[in-house]
Amino acid sequence: MSVSLTWRAAIVSVALFACFVLAWHVATQGTGVTAKMDPEYAKLMGATATQGKSAMPGPLDVGATLWSHIRNPFYDNGPNDKGLGIQLAYSILRVLIGYSLAVLVAVPVGFLIGMSPLMSRALDPYIQVLKPISPLAWMPLALYTIKDSSLSAIFVIFICSLWPTLVNTAFGVAQVRKEWLNVARTLEVGRLRQAVTVILPAAAGTILTGMRISIGIAWLVIVAAEMLVGGTGIGYFVWNEWNNLSIVNVIVAIVAIGVIGMVLDLILARLAKLVTFAE
Amino acid sequence: MSNFISIEGISRRFGATAIFENLWLPMARGEFVCVIGHSGCGKTTVLNILAGLDAPTDGAVIVDNKAIDGPSLDRAVIFQGHSLLPWRTVLGNVAYAVSSRHRDWSRAQVNAHAQKFIDLVGLTGAEHKRPAELSGGMKQRVGIARALSIEPKIMLMDEPFSALDALTRGTLQDEVRRICTDTGQTVFMITHDVDEAIYLADKVVLMTNGPGAVLAEIVDNPLPKARSRTDFHKHPLYYAVRNHILDFLVERSRSFDKSGHDPRRIRHVTPGLPEPAIATDTSFASARRSIS
Repeated sequence: MSVSLTWRAAIVSVALFACFVLAWHVATQGTGVTAKMDPEYAKLMGATATQGKSAMPGPLDVGATLWSHIRNPFYDNGPNDKGLGIQLAYSILRVLIGYSLAVLVAVPVGFLIGMSPLMSRALDPYIQVLKPISPLAWMPLALYTIKDSSLSAIFVIFICSLWPTLVNTAFGVAQVRKEWLNVARTLEVGRLRQAVTVILPAAAGTILTGMRISIGIAWLVIVAAEMLVGGTGIGYFVWNEWNNLSIVNVIVAIVAIGVIGMVLDLILARLAKLVTFAE
Repeated sequence: MSNFISIEGISRRFGATAIFENLWLPMARGEFVCVIGHSGCGKTTVLNILAGLDAPTDGAVIVDNKAIDGPSLDRAVIFQGHSLLPWRTVLGNVAYAVSSRHRDWSRAQVNAHAQKFIDLVGLTGAEHKRPAELSGGMKQRVGIARALSIEPKIMLMDEPFSALDALTRGTLQDEVRRICTDTGQTVFMITHDVDEAIYLADKVVLMTNGPGAVLAEIVDNPLPKARSRTDFHKHPLYYAVRNHILDFLVERSRSFDKSGHDPRRIRHVTPGLPEPAIATDTSFASARRSIS
């Protein structure tokens, strides 16, 4: 029997998932009545103490909550009770604004660094110092100067998305095959037209790879940033549900963050494929 | 004879090492010149200087009465690696060159002109393929079409066929020869394939090993201009020429005695002729007449 690799991999994936869910279900089951006590007192103590039920929600609880969120993602019952869809939309919006600004800055500056050995040397120390700074370390400074929590979060996304795209663009531009540039030179193509017709397409794959790393980091950082600034967004949702001791909602949010991160990565991977050509 | 191309005393040095020193070489319009020598002797550097991609440390190159100052559309280069732009199709690669030559042309004009040269190298039907979908021979054809499409005064070829298998190489040599003869193209080609040089060239320039390489002598090819792949190797003088060049590559390229060598008056030889004489242009011509 020949089943394609894709199908066999899918079967293994599903089987692993089933095992995990089953183990999770069994592990969070109650062990039955542990101690006889007065019913009034038992009510006070809750199921964890009286029936040995785990404080961790089981897969069925999480599934039910997830389903209710999916059925009604955009409800808004005030500042502390908004649908998961609204919270995710806030986060995605912030990421897209900060990320787009970062790309708009990083690609031209990366071009400059890649094309000019002078600028490359001159800017290198700044990049080396700024790059390893945790984006969240900028938060107090941003809050102090911008005086707006939402804009500060966007600024933090901007800062963290900047470096991978910048460094990759510079690398891609500097690594353009010499022969291609020589082709353009022997055709008397001017510097600007060279940049657009040879360097940009030749470096596009590397630039897109940098942008893909950037969006991954941006999506990692937005959760932490929103935990700090609060108000809206998936990061705030996680923290708020933790304060509510609603572990079910925390787990649902974790799943949602993972799925959105995967989708963002897939989009950029697809774009990178579009601009990469085999030689 | 007025020289169309004149290499005048060029040297290229990196620090204290000279790749080559004081090279002089005249070329006439419509001439096919092959430079042959071992790897690393500086052949490619000479070609890059002719292309304007590299500058000589000393000396100058005059083309059509003007000193070379950077690359020009008058001098097309066919690179060793095909160096096609992988994100453009065959048509796109040729059209890129055409639109660089004729900035004011419409897209339709550019494409029509490019198509003419794609047809010329026998790639009709493959216009919309990308380089990755082409065989090595087809890629090099695109490179040739691209170089021809700008209708240059000179074609510079840097071992254009060295990466191809023997059969493909033969076919492409035939086509390059046909196209260059038909259009009266002036060609400067680098090779290390002796048969290729004999088949294609009017003159074969022998270059000694670097560092400090010199042009040792010029072999005036005694084979008739109208030669064909099927029987050029049966010509009575073929082996004389071949042995002469091979002897040079094997032995004399290393041990060439530079004393008494005048770089401005390189010895012309015509192997196989009774007197491999110091040739002036007239004695060369009469020698050639006597054998054909």
